[in-house]
This record gives sequence, structure tokens and C-alpha cells, in this order.
Amino acid sequence: MLTGLEAAFFYLFAFIAVASAFMVISSRNPVHSVLFLILTFFNAAGLFMLTGAEFLAMILLVVYVGAVMVLFLFVVMMLDVDFAEMKQGALQYAPIGAMVGLILAAELIVVLGGYTFAPQLASTVAKATPDLATRSNTAALGDILYTDYLYYFQISGLVLLVAMIGAIVLTLRHKPGVKRQSIAAQVARTPATGMEIRKVKSGEGI
Amino acid sequence: MVVGIAHYLTVSAILFTLGVFGIFLNRRNIIVILMSIELILLAVNINFVAFSAALHDLVGQVFALFVLTVAAAEAAIGLAILVVFFRNRGSIAVEDVSAMKG
Repeated sequence: MLTGLEAAFFYLFAFIAVASAFMVISSRNPVHSVLFLILTFFNAAGLFMLTGAEFLAMILLVVYVGAVMVLFLFVVMMLDVDFAEMKQGALQYAPIGAMVGLILAAELIVVLGGYTFAPQLASTVAKATPDLATRSNTAALGDILYTDYLYYFQISGLVLLVAMIGAIVLTLRHKPGVKRQSIAAQVARTPATGMEIRKVKSGEGI
Repeated sequence: MVVGIAHYLTVSAILFTLGVFGIFLNRRNIIVILMSIELILLAVNINFVAFSAALHDLVGQVFALFVLTVAAAEAAIGLAILVVFFRNRGSIAVEDVSAMKG
């Protein structure tokens, strides 16, 4: 699939991605974790680029690093949490975690070592990737995303809308004692409710 | 030095395992658990893209796009719940979550 310089870049991206993923879970400061996660996503975008999935690579950078990771960073910096105290006794769960991780890794390696593509697989391709010389990756994705997968696309938009409304509803709070503008009350003002006329006798005041 | 789909699957398997291990290692810190979930979803996406490239089938990338969408929604909702939880209890330790019932 990839040879020469591309293969060298694959190893570079893969190594940095794995190393920074390890730093994500092992670093003491969550801000460092988020920054290493951003590095992981950058290198994963490089891996995507090497396979020809340009649009996904750009989406990963623009949407993921640009929006979601910045949201993470914002929340980590906004919450005033004593993270050093939280790390106390963290290694208590490391043995069982290492065990589960090793079992998972062993299973995945067994699967990877034993698989072959079924011979009839080539005939079951749903949407063949067009040649990059005739149709770019982004245009080809758009071709099928807005025709055959239109409903799924709309539903994913709906998921995002629900997530946005949900996040706003969850975090919105009305502090008591804060003066707010009430446009309806302002529009409904009449001279009768808006002002009061008093006869003030001269020389006495109110 | 020919890089094939097996190399991509290996990278994705390592990332997936690291994500699962991270959930156990940082059991007290919800933020790092959310980041571990992001790592797991990234590993899934690498699998989709690798198979999409190996089989010359574009649908894998479409599905990876939907995975990204759902992951973004999940991160937003998770962080919103985290912020509300922190406002109510003043900590984000996972052990305190059980005290929220009632």
C-alpha cells in the first residue's frame, strides 16, 4: 500500500501517535493530557492523509482539534480541581487495568495475525472509491453523502442539534438577583404605568 | 518496508488498548476518562479508514464521519454534565457520583 518515503512517514506518525496517546493517560496534569491528545489527533490526521482520506483528516483537525479539544481544554482550565489529590491511590487500579489491557491486546493480535480477506469481498464493495485523478476525495464523499446517505446525514445533524440544546439546557443557570431585560414589559409600557405626575407645592418639596 | 492494512490495524489496536487502560488507570478523574473514550473512538476511526482504503470502498469513510459526529456530541454532553456535577458537589471524583441519588 505505502512504500518508500510514505512508509517512513507512516512509522513517524504512528510512533508519535502511540507515544502521545500513552502520555495522555499517564501524565499528571490534565492540561498536558489534553495537549497530548491534540498531538495524537494531529498524527492520526497524518495517518488518514497517507491513505488518501483527505477530507476526514481535515475534519479531524478542524472540528476535533479546533472545537472539541478546545472545549476539553476550556473545561479543564475552568474547573478548579485539585488534580494532585485526585492522583492519590490511582495506581491501585493499575494491575487490573494492565491485565484487561494485555488480554485485549492479545485478542486483537490473535485476530490480526489470523485474518485474511474473503475472496468474494472484492465483489461486495458498496461504493467504489473513484480514481483520485478524476474525482477528489472530498468531492467523491460529497457525491455519496448527499445522495445515498442523505437521511443518515440529516440524522447526524439532528444528533448535533440535540447535543447542543442539551449542553445549553444542562449548563444554563439563572442567578437570582440579576437584573435582566424584559422586552415585553418595555414594549407594554404606557404613560399611565411609566410615569407619575405629582403637584408639588412651591417651596416645600416632595 | 511496505506498509499495508495490517500496520494500520496494529496502530489502531495499540491506541484502543491504551484507551481502555487509561480508563482503569485514571478511574477517579472523569476528564481523563472522557479523553480515553476519545482515544478509543479514534482507534475505531483509523480501522474504518484503513479498511476503506484497502478495499477501495468509500462507505467506510462515510461511517467514520458519522462516528466523528456522534463522538463530538458525546464529548459536548459529557463535559456539560461534568460542569453541572462540579457546580453541585465541588469535585469531579467518580466515587462521589453515587452520592447523587435521591
